[in-house]
Amino acid sequence: MSKARRNPVNMIAAHAILITYTLIALFPVFVILINSFKNRKSIFREPLALPDADSFSLVGYQTVLKQGDFFLYFQNSMIVTVVSLFLVLLFGAMAAFALAEYRFKGNTLMGLYLALGIMIPIRIGTVAILEMMVQTGLVNTLWALILVYTAQGLPLAVFILSEFMRQVSDDLKDAGRIDGLSEYTIFFRLVLPLVRPAMATVAVFNMIPIWNDLWFPLILAPAEESKTLTLGSQVFIGQFVTDWNAVLSALSMAILPVMILYVIFSRQLIRGITSGAVK
Amino acid sequence: MTALTLTNISKSFGQVEVLKNISLTVEPGEFVVFVGPSGCGKSTLLRLIAGLEDASSGEVQIDGNPVNNLPPAKRGIAMVFQSYALYPHLTVRGNMALGLKQAGKPKAEIDDRIAKASGMLAMQDLLDRRPAELSGGQRQRVAIGRAIVREPKLFLFDEPLSNLDAALRMATRIEIARLHRTLGASMIYVTHDQTEAMTLADKIVVLNDGLVEQVGTPMQLYNDPANKFVAGFLGAPSMNFVPGKQVGFPDVHVLGIRPEHLRITQNGRISGQVIYVENLGGDTNVMVETVDELQVIVRLFGQHDIASDTKIQLDFDDIHGFHFDADGNRIRN
Ligand SMILES: Nc1ncnc2c1ncn2[C@@H]1O[C@H](COP(=O)(O)OP(=O)(O)O)[C@@H](O)[C@H]1O
Ligand SMILES: [Mg+2]
Repeated sequence: MSKARRNPVNMIAAHAILITYTLIALFPVFVILINSFKNRKSIFREPLALPDADSFSLVGYQTVLKQGDFFLYFQNSMIVTVVSLFLVLLFGAMAAFALAEYRFKGNTLMGLYLALGIMIPIRIGTVAILEMMVQTGLVNTLWALILVYTAQGLPLAVFILSEFMRQVSDDLKDAGRIDGLSEYTIFFRLVLPLVRPAMATVAVFNMIPIWNDLWFPLILAPAEESKTLTLGSQVFIGQFVTDWNAVLSALSMAILPVMILYVIFSRQLIRGITSGAVK
Repeated sequence: MTALTLTNISKSFGQVEVLKNISLTVEPGEFVVFVGPSGCGKSTLLRLIAGLEDASSGEVQIDGNPVNNLPPAKRGIAMVFQSYALYPHLTVRGNMALGLKQAGKPKAEIDDRIAKASGMLAMQDLLDRRPAELSGGQRQRVAIGRAIVREPKLFLFDEPLSNLDAALRMATRIEIARLHRTLGASMIYVTHDQTEAMTLADKIVVLNDGLVEQVGTPMQLYNDPANKFVAGFLGAPSMNFVPGKQVGFPDVHVLGIRPEHLRITQNGRISGQVIYVENLGGDTNVMVETVDELQVIVRLFGQHDIASDTKIQLDFDDIHGFHFDADGNRIRN
């Protein structure tokens, strides 16, 4: 923005709104974090107070690390999320490229069919999915989750990515063809780098629902060795007693990897959301 | 052996026939310009020669060999696009080298060819920059350089100057003409700009609506157009058309007369009112609305002081009139 167009009143108002929103958004995270370092009594007595010498306690973290195989759950969540994201991005981008680039009969119809999944929640098919997984012997494996999440993420990925790929210059791809690049090289070397912001957008939108999902892990992979972090944390929430220290500590640790992935993608993400708006 | 032979080429996109039965040849070393209004199928024809589109029917031969089933990289062509189409992630050197690397040429030869091409285009200093760090004119030079290093049998240019400003366009046009002389290669150049066509071409192919209207040297087309479309398309300002019966030719549907062949007189066959005067310094274009509400343009040499709204009379010598029938075909006699 140029200096001349910058109006101090507007600037202050805009920043006030943004700061307020940031505080509201971060508040729950903040409460979880501070309380995870307090003992049980102080959590309930003064939930908003910072931990001090009296109330500080790592008992929650100790419980989490001792009880259950926390690192295994963590690893499971990580594998499921990263592999699902990878597959969503890979297959989503390839399908999007085919839809955007090649003229073939039923192109539009195929695009609509692939986009249908955006409107129909995959959970409607849970029973059928469970039956399929039982028959293929995939229950209680990470593959069950990876396959379901890949299917769940593909529609939106194809939809967003094909829109972006249509904007990649045709001349550029044709120049590649004249230089003898194969269609795969054109896809991986010319087109993918140019739609990186869109890929990051898709990755972030898919990552959080996968990481946080409780439904499918509970139904498809509840076994000890295939539990995800979210499911694993549920042991601390009982019908009668809930170990809040442990729950808060587990949640605090669960936030971390998502944060890291988010930071990796976020620079690209902002460009993805705003690209086209300003050229 | 001809550099390019097209035999009965047709191309349809779905129901729409974009190219209709086109046959033509390009001789070795010839500079051929495809010219026509936007949307007439020039790019499609060029892409078809390059192998980026398949012909619906007909045969393409390059250097005597049928290439219908060869991929673009194997056809011995190079193409320069209107939008430059440089690889954004590669340096200028990388852009020029990619095609050669892909073809498996040894590194020494690649370096050699890049040095030669960049010398020819005076862009040795740009070799390590990325496309984003270049101006429009420099990008187009790199695109031309990328074509040169391939040492193709046939160069294809698709409106390469359209994105440049006027001064740069002229400079690059001259550079392309010079390159053609130096390399002696066959070139096909697509444009909708008749000035580029007239100045660059050995041979012009005028396309309209997917059909070849006429083929010939610039002066043949200018002096002896086969039909009303070609007559009106080439020349700036373009030819004036008036109904034949108004100017004493009752058998002629439309009579065409170039702006430079009209003159202002006391008592002429066309009378009207000046609506606008363009003073270009070297010459003066006078736009006249005739009594029948037709607009004609008179091109006068030198500077003339003519006010708008003046009533004037125009006339011409009959030998300068082009006669066309109701279908727009030329009547010769
Ligand atoms: N891929 C395509 N699918 C459908 N129609 C096309 C396609 N490419 C070009 N056309 C149509 O073919 C006609 C000629 O296009 P083009 O060759 O680009 O014209 P020019 O280069 O002379 O301006 C246009 O009417 C255009 O709409
Ligand atoms: Mg075109």
